[in-house]
Amino acid sequence: MDVLRQLALDFSVLSLLAVGGAPTVFPEMQRNVVEVHGWMSAAQFADLYAIAQASPGPNILVVCLIGWKVAGLAGALTATLAMVGPSCVLTCLVAGAWERFREARWREVVQLGVAPLTVGLMLSSGYLLTRSADESLAAYALTAGTVAVLMLTRVNPLWLIGAGALIGLAGLV
Amino acid sequence: MNAATVIPTPYELFTGFLRVALCGFGGVLYWARRVSVEERRWLGEAEFVDVMSLCQFMPGPNTLNLAMVLGLRFCGWRGAAAGFAGLMVAPFLIMLAMGMLYTSYGNLPLVQSVLRGVAAVAAGMMVSMGLKMAMVARIRNILCVVGVAAFAAVAVLRFPLVQVLLVLAPAGVVLAWWWHRDAVPRSPSAGRGGES
Repeated sequence: MDVLRQLALDFSVLSLLAVGGAPTVFPEMQRNVVEVHGWMSAAQFADLYAIAQASPGPNILVVCLIGWKVAGLAGALTATLAMVGPSCVLTCLVAGAWERFREARWREVVQLGVAPLTVGLMLSSGYLLTRSADESLAAYALTAGTVAVLMLTRVNPLWLIGAGALIGLAGLV
Repeated sequence: MNAATVIPTPYELFTGFLRVALCGFGGVLYWARRVSVEERRWLGEAEFVDVMSLCQFMPGPNTLNLAMVLGLRFCGWRGAAAGFAGLMVAPFLIMLAMGMLYTSYGNLPLVQSVLRGVAAVAAGMMVSMGLKMAMVARIRNILCVVGVAAFAAVAVLRFPLVQVLLVLAPAGVVLAWWWHRDAVPRSPSAGRGGES
């Protein structure tokens, strides 16, 4: 299968699996891109994720970077459309029905049951990104410090990204 | 807050979500709430929570789902297209430029050093988001099993996501239903819930 078709297939499946948002599928994305297809190393994947975090817009646009790295402009377009298209269509189709079941008990049960799954997947993303991004004790300390600051304060994360860039520039991690 | 809400045009949806996109460094959801509820007054607080419950439940990026749902609600498919374009087009172009820079300069030692620092912070942002959700989500003890199982399967054992979801999503819903039945005494209206 050529690479564009592979990108389209992989990401449109992920689009429909991204229950609870983009972060839940980062582990699967990394598994596909790094382990299954060997398109890049885990460290490069973490690089691309870092760039996406440091840029404005939805984090899901990391797929644009992955597509670009794998197959240039056509890859970036294919990956992005595949990642957002199917879920957008599905959401539009369900939006009307969801309103009608506002009071339904099963809706609450389903939401309650899916929530822990989303949390588990999000923490998996954090764990895997930490493992692939951090190569030194100092880097682990920076990650831990970021978690502490974000849990305890309401600081804009942009400041932390800037601080991370400076700490990296100084060669500390 | 009970301020009157304003029905946006497709153009306003476009500029509103463009603002969300361009302000949204490290996560756009915060800005989506701020723009649509506080600045533009398209929705009240409670309505926003209600719409978000759908957007978080459906697959796909939450904020993009929000753009689609609000667009549809206010202006039909033209609104959905406007919200989509506002949120996605400018960030896509910026990301493309970043991709080009990374291809050309990604291997320079200086760039590598900066990226190492940013990547460590980005990983921490993801962990804290997961932890915050864990504290907010109404997860009972029995449901924690599902979260821990998901972590073990995906992060440690590296199972493919499809299989994990096929097993754990129904398990979570069954546990939630079981817990819900015990925790909530039958109210007069509870009988009409239907099969699922």
